[in-house]
Amino acid sequence: MSDEVIWQVINHQFCAFKLKTDKGQNFCRNEYNVSGLCSRQSCPLANSRYATVKNIGGKLYLYMKTAERSHMPSKWWERIKLSKNYSKALSQIDSHLQYWQKFLIHKCKQRLTRLTQVAITERRLALKDDERELVTSATPKVKRREENRERKALVAAKIEKAIEKELLERLKSGAYGDKPLNVDENIWKKVLGKVDEKEFEEEFEDEDDVELVSGDEEDDSDVGEIEYVEDSGDDELVDMEDLENWLGDSSDENNNNDTSDEESDDEEEEQGKKRKSDTKQDKSKKKRRPRVEIEYEEEPIQTNITI
Amino acid sequence: MGTQSEALKNIKNKIRRQKVFSQIKHDKNKERHTLRKERAKEERANPELKDKRIVENIPDTIDSKRIYDETIGTEVEGKDEFDKYFTNLGKDPKILLTTNFNARNAAYEFADILMDFLPNVTFVKRKQGYQIPDMVQFCNNREYSTIIIINEDKKKVTGLTFINLPEGPTFYFSISSVTEGKKIAGHGKAQDFLPELVLNNFNSRLGKTIGRLFQSIFPHKPELQGRQVVTLHNQRDYIFFRRHRYIFRNEEKVGLQELGPQFTLKLRRFQKGIRGDIVWEHKPDMERDKKKFYL
Repeated sequence: MSDEVIWQVINHQFCAFKLKTDKGQNFCRNEYNVSGLCSRQSCPLANSRYATVKNIGGKLYLYMKTAERSHMPSKWWERIKLSKNYSKALSQIDSHLQYWQKFLIHKCKQRLTRLTQVAITERRLALKDDERELVTSATPKVKRREENRERKALVAAKIEKAIEKELLERLKSGAYGDKPLNVDENIWKKVLGKVDEKEFEEEFEDEDDVELVSGDEEDDSDVGEIEYVEDSGDDELVDMEDLENWLGDSSDENNNNDTSDEESDDEEEEQGKKRKSDTKQDKSKKKRRPRVEIEYEEEPIQTNITI
Repeated sequence: MGTQSEALKNIKNKIRRQKVFSQIKHDKNKERHTLRKERAKEERANPELKDKRIVENIPDTIDSKRIYDETIGTEVEGKDEFDKYFTNLGKDPKILLTTNFNARNAAYEFADILMDFLPNVTFVKRKQGYQIPDMVQFCNNREYSTIIIINEDKKKVTGLTFINLPEGPTFYFSISSVTEGKKIAGHGKAQDFLPELVLNNFNSRLGKTIGRLFQSIFPHKPELQGRQVVTLHNQRDYIFFRRHRYIFRNEEKVGLQELGPQFTLKLRRFQKGIRGDIVWEHKPDMERDKKKFYL
């Protein structure tokens, strides 16, 4: 059949590869089509002399069809592998399509260019890390919703207030240690004074309450512990059993024990005075106490999750 | 109200109807304002009333109506991967900071911002061909404790991946509202002191894990003389990052100066190991209920 007859059929009657559009230009789905358009020039069926470039398994081939083989459909296409080098491939096309129509040479080169670009992109995509997190899934609606919720959460957070509160709490709980570097001395004295007053009151209120005192190593109101440390000499290894036994005794005995080592005189006569002097001692010791506690107190700074 | 709307409906002239409606609105506003004025007057005379009103009249918030989560208030049970940091107090964290492949300028700029406050951090430019497992091996050989990967997409920084070493877990946070320090009004100049860390509102089981992650990035002992504090405040699953310098003005008052940067993180994925099994993943569906929070 002559090319013209085929084209008449394709153009005016039916072609399985034709993709009709309402814009006047039809497309072609035939994989050998060099341009993708449905036209007389670029129709692979209606041209007995035809050339195209195809990508087979990542390699580019120049496909050529001539009228001499048109009676053997199984041998229609002669293919030539194109070089990976783009400029070499171009010259290959030039040499193989030397006396062909200008149109086909041009279109084959265009197609070669496009396929090379696609190959580059594919290679890059293959190399691209799958670890990158893409945000393609976020629709505008979800995005907007999240933005709005973030804005509202920020308002509700009152961050600066929360920080101030937390910092004050740390200051007052003594998390910054004995001589904090981040507080003015006068303010620290005031804070310390308040803490001491509090403890002072607590001592008198809970003097008989052994439960409160025992066990908790980091508790500031733990008077007994410090004195044990001074007596024994090592601060870390306070035997809990000993401590509890010793705390189990009445608090008056505590006083006796403390004082007997150091003073050894005047035990029974002036209980009231002694109590006062003890508290004074305690105060002075309290000022010393944080020195011992520095080692413990590092921890609250480290584990400062606040709830 | 019903009668008013009925009366409005019966007015057929649109202009007149609008007039009447605006008059009704105006009257209502006026009434409210006079009420407020009176109340303010009373309270000025008798401040107790104000205190009482403030105590009694606590507005409902989404946070206070949060759907019950049984993990809140419970202690973390057993050991997790961050235990190494919390038990080994002598060893401070060491961080490797990098980006994704082929990152654009935005990622490097953000890396600069992060380097400003992250302690003991090394930035390494990501080369092609180094996948996360390779990096993990590299870092394990050099005793790094955390890898942070900046994720950039379409010339914008979109997320941060935190990998705790040596064997996970992996967290991916999306990032938004990045403001560098210079652009914050009244910002201060940051100094090179190790900051204190404040973690607010990390309450649930998952939240505590996140809190431990952030803790494990910062050294055990802050340099208090710097008076710098880094805050990660969780509110409704948004984690706000802020950095301030503080001063105790007196025993009740703290002054704060913002140093920047600011940004907001949101947990998207929590995986076991090095990008292993997904333990928790954020899905848009989870946001359907406004009062359900996970951190």
